[in-house]
Amino acid sequence: MADRAQPLIARAPGRAAAGLVLALVAAALAAVVWRAEPGRGMGPSDWAAVRFTVVQALWSAAISVALAVPLARALARRRFAGRNVLVSLLGAPFILPALVAVLGLLAVFGRGGWISAALNHVGLGPLEIYGLHGVVLAHVFFNLPLATRLLLQGWQSIPAERFRLAAQLGFAPADTFRLLERPMLARAVPGALAIVFALCLTSFAVALTLGGGPHATTVELAIYQAFRFDFDLGRAAVLSCLQIAVAGAAGFVALRLTGTEGFGTGLGRATRRWDAPGGALAVLDAVVIAGAVSFLALPLLAVVASGLPGVPGLPAQVWRAAAVSVGVALLSTLLMLALALPMACTAAAAVARAPGGTGANTGGGAIELAGLLGLVASPLVIGTGLFIWLNPVVRPADVALGVTALVNAVMALPFALRILVPRACEIATDHARLALMLNMAGWHFLRRVMLPRMRPRIGFAAGLTAALSMGDLGVVTLFADPSRGTLPLEMYRLMGAYRMDAAAAAGLVLLALALALFWALDRWGRGDAEA
Amino acid sequence: MKYLAFAAGVLGATAISAETPELTVYTYDSFVSDWGPGPAVEAAFEQTCGCDLRFVGAGDGAALLARLRLEGARTEADVVLGLDTNLTAAARATGLFAPHGVAADLDVPGGWSDPDFLPFDWGYFAFVHGTDITAPANFRALADSDLRIIIQDPRSSTPGLGLLMWVKTAYGDTAPEIWQGLADNIVTVTKGWSEAYGLFLEGEADMVLSYTTSPAYHLIAEGDDTKAAALFDEGHYMQIEVAGKVAGTDRPELAEAFLAFMISDAFQSIIPTTNWMYPAATPEAGLPEGFDTLIQPGKALIVAPQDAPAVRDAALAEWLTALSR
Amino acid sequence: MLRLERARFCNGGFLLDADLTVETGRIVALIGPSGAGKSTLADGIAGFVPLVAGRVLWHGRDIGAASPGARPVAMVFQDGNLFGHLDVAANVGLGLRPDLRLSAAERARRDAAIARVGLSDMAARRPAALSGGQQSRAALARVLVQDRGLIVLDEPFAALGPALRGEMLDLVAGIAAETGATVLMVTHAPQDARRIADQIILVTGGRAESPRATADLLDAPPAALRAYLGD
Repeated sequence: MADRAQPLIARAPGRAAAGLVLALVAAALAAVVWRAEPGRGMGPSDWAAVRFTVVQALWSAAISVALAVPLARALARRRFAGRNVLVSLLGAPFILPALVAVLGLLAVFGRGGWISAALNHVGLGPLEIYGLHGVVLAHVFFNLPLATRLLLQGWQSIPAERFRLAAQLGFAPADTFRLLERPMLARAVPGALAIVFALCLTSFAVALTLGGGPHATTVELAIYQAFRFDFDLGRAAVLSCLQIAVAGAAGFVALRLTGTEGFGTGLGRATRRWDAPGGALAVLDAVVIAGAVSFLALPLLAVVASGLPGVPGLPAQVWRAAAVSVGVALLSTLLMLALALPMACTAAAAVARAPGGTGANTGGGAIELAGLLGLVASPLVIGTGLFIWLNPVVRPADVALGVTALVNAVMALPFALRILVPRACEIATDHARLALMLNMAGWHFLRRVMLPRMRPRIGFAAGLTAALSMGDLGVVTLFADPSRGTLPLEMYRLMGAYRMDAAAAAGLVLLALALALFWALDRWGRGDAEA
Repeated sequence: MKYLAFAAGVLGATAISAETPELTVYTYDSFVSDWGPGPAVEAAFEQTCGCDLRFVGAGDGAALLARLRLEGARTEADVVLGLDTNLTAAARATGLFAPHGVAADLDVPGGWSDPDFLPFDWGYFAFVHGTDITAPANFRALADSDLRIIIQDPRSSTPGLGLLMWVKTAYGDTAPEIWQGLADNIVTVTKGWSEAYGLFLEGEADMVLSYTTSPAYHLIAEGDDTKAAALFDEGHYMQIEVAGKVAGTDRPELAEAFLAFMISDAFQSIIPTTNWMYPAATPEAGLPEGFDTLIQPGKALIVAPQDAPAVRDAALAEWLTALSR
Repeated sequence: MLRLERARFCNGGFLLDADLTVETGRIVALIGPSGAGKSTLADGIAGFVPLVAGRVLWHGRDIGAASPGARPVAMVFQDGNLFGHLDVAANVGLGLRPDLRLSAAERARRDAAIARVGLSDMAARRPAALSGGQQSRAALARVLVQDRGLIVLDEPFAALGPALRGEMLDLVAGIAAETGATVLMVTHAPQDARRIADQIILVTGGRAESPRATADLLDAPPAALRAYLGD
């Protein structure tokens, strides 16, 4: 009856994008199953792998997010010199290629690392890092920064006006936590947990290397084994579906726990906090920040220290590969935005339809779950499936870079959506009435309101995707073209040729470029005063 | 006019390149890398063949075979280079390979007589260590020592699988015992050789599973003589890397010419200091200086290619059981 | 002429009934106890709350099913009237064209409206840099350029001081007089109604009554209004 002529936000493009992701994953899985020869099926070792995978991912997610809460809180309420640089640097571990990060971590925490050396001085044995705790340590190193950024944006979503109100009402920090921060965390934490969990599910080289033995076999390694060692494509597909099921269940639970109601409209005043008194709390925040910085920065420093001497002597191929990688990263960022922005807007459309803010946001959940698929379906299976499709049509090497960019974009989608969707919903909630009254539906609303207001988030998501794509080994080594290797591939080649010093230097170049891309895009997003 | 001349030039160029036959060789990635044998081999072969040699890199030997199986008879590969004897039985079973037809006098320990696959290099697996430690003389001594070792996962790495086969051929039914003894020496198990060797050089372990030829790299390329391989008295397991001609190739003569070239001096002399393995046919000039310092195993161990798949699966099950405890 | 013909609006579970007529060019205040349905009536006329029965007619045309943007209504909300990331000029310009591609003539109209509300010096400022009164002025400038026949105010000036509120009300009355618009304003202050409203619609217990002359109603309030006014 009260049908509206034009909806505020069209849902079709986002649904099409989500459908595309679904189709990509389904087509890849179908191709793998289609080419499968009879295999031995799932064995007890595969189930052990599923168990270990879930256990380590649970621990990793729980600890990453638990540590991220005080860190994000300290960063949200403190202003200090270098804070922005620090927030940018928080992206660094997350985007490091696994191997570089593991070497950096071991330089600090390994048997031959700095801490072990210090322990030796006082007559204690070396630190034993290998085992479940080592896997979790590495995953926390990778994901603490991401979790912190996700929670930090939760804090930023509380309008400055609310903190002002809290200050006016004389809230103690405990009151602020109870009345403003805890409700925000109740919404932000499940999503962050689900993302970190999904990310740790697909971990493979890190889990194996730091796990200390075959008991640290993850599902992704079992997939790799099925594909490479047994050529049992059927089992690879089954394992991949199991991985999807586990991640899907986690994602579903998380989204059920995550409401979407915002804090109402703020006018975008720069967030000033009045609830950050000095004294014990200031010391606590300082300790939290300093602790996190040293935990995250020391391995990075090790990467820099071991790579720096080799940089001037790096062969030309490495620089060429670096250029290729930057190109792939930018392309995959564009592809990610082409998928993620319509999807985020569609998620927000559900909110916009009920301008009173009474509508529950179920559409957004389905969209985010679709986005999760690409990450957890196993890059190896996606790559193999695409290979089976494309090989009869084109030379794999000719499409290597395009496919790499596409797969990287799809893998980055869950992070991008976690960053974009909540903000898109807030904007829709806050501005739907005004925009509808102004007859500003569809494209004009997106262009004039949605996109400008989302800019900081778009910048962050784009930076993350670009950096992630830089560091990715190219899920599709299947497609590899020897003459146009990416930087991580070139780094592995250097290692394979015993040139560990040059590889360390290439790793440093990779880190620097990934950080530069991340910083530039994130910075572009925050260019607007309101961030 | 100018455009016409340009077009003629382009067409002419196309015509010429269409006449130049292209030979596609699938190989593992580190072979084609700028630091591997690939570039030098390509240049040397193209000088004589009047063809365009195109390398396509795909992971390691096992990934190479997986890719070939994915492509099946439609593969554009003319030659596949970089399988080893653990894989040749499975490769042969695909029916994708044809006899190489090359008669050769090879220096591979134990001799060579496979009609389908032709070796291009070989090596012994060994534990590499710094010269500051006293290396054990066999697996039992290693298991009894406090030495810490890093090995590779047999499911994801060629050397890892080599070690599995090594222990199995040396100890047969008592192999699980050896693995149980080694369990407390193993610092960690990595995905591939690169990770393991990198960790070893970072000081994470006393020894790392690699090749007897590894110290040659440090000596020749870096002038560093502090790395050595431990000589085990059970003997050392061999890796023999081979190439084969794809049955469906549309350039059979060129493929055979490449295989013949592969065991000639021009190719073989490139191998030692790029692939850091022993050439399958020792070049006339001999091995590079420094290779004479390497340990010489008293006994070369290897599982016959046709038995490899069965041995492999049994050994993997034992390994998983022993180390998962 | 705005005609609500046995109209029933449904806001969540809350129902509001109205059967009344507002003559063109009038300024009409909606007064009633909190929760009686003033805002539901305003939202229903603007199209934010669905009409579940009856009709809403504007000059005889049924607008009950039209989307908010397609109705002849310019509305000013309690808050959230301006986009925080856009400056005053853009916020006002949106009233002319949602895509902001303004012709020279439209730019001139926008600037005239901004000048009319006295914000010429602040056209390039963003809302965060404006005072509350200035924000209200910017929203009114947009109402001016929207040039819709019906202006609906949902207590936009409630947060302003008495003097400033009076100023804003006068501005509204001026705009209405200049454009010939009909004004519906939700308010809880009888003095606001006395200041500019010709008539009052009393809203109590889910029912909106027909408009009555302001002075008549306030001088001799019926029981329900008396209870609300508290005298």
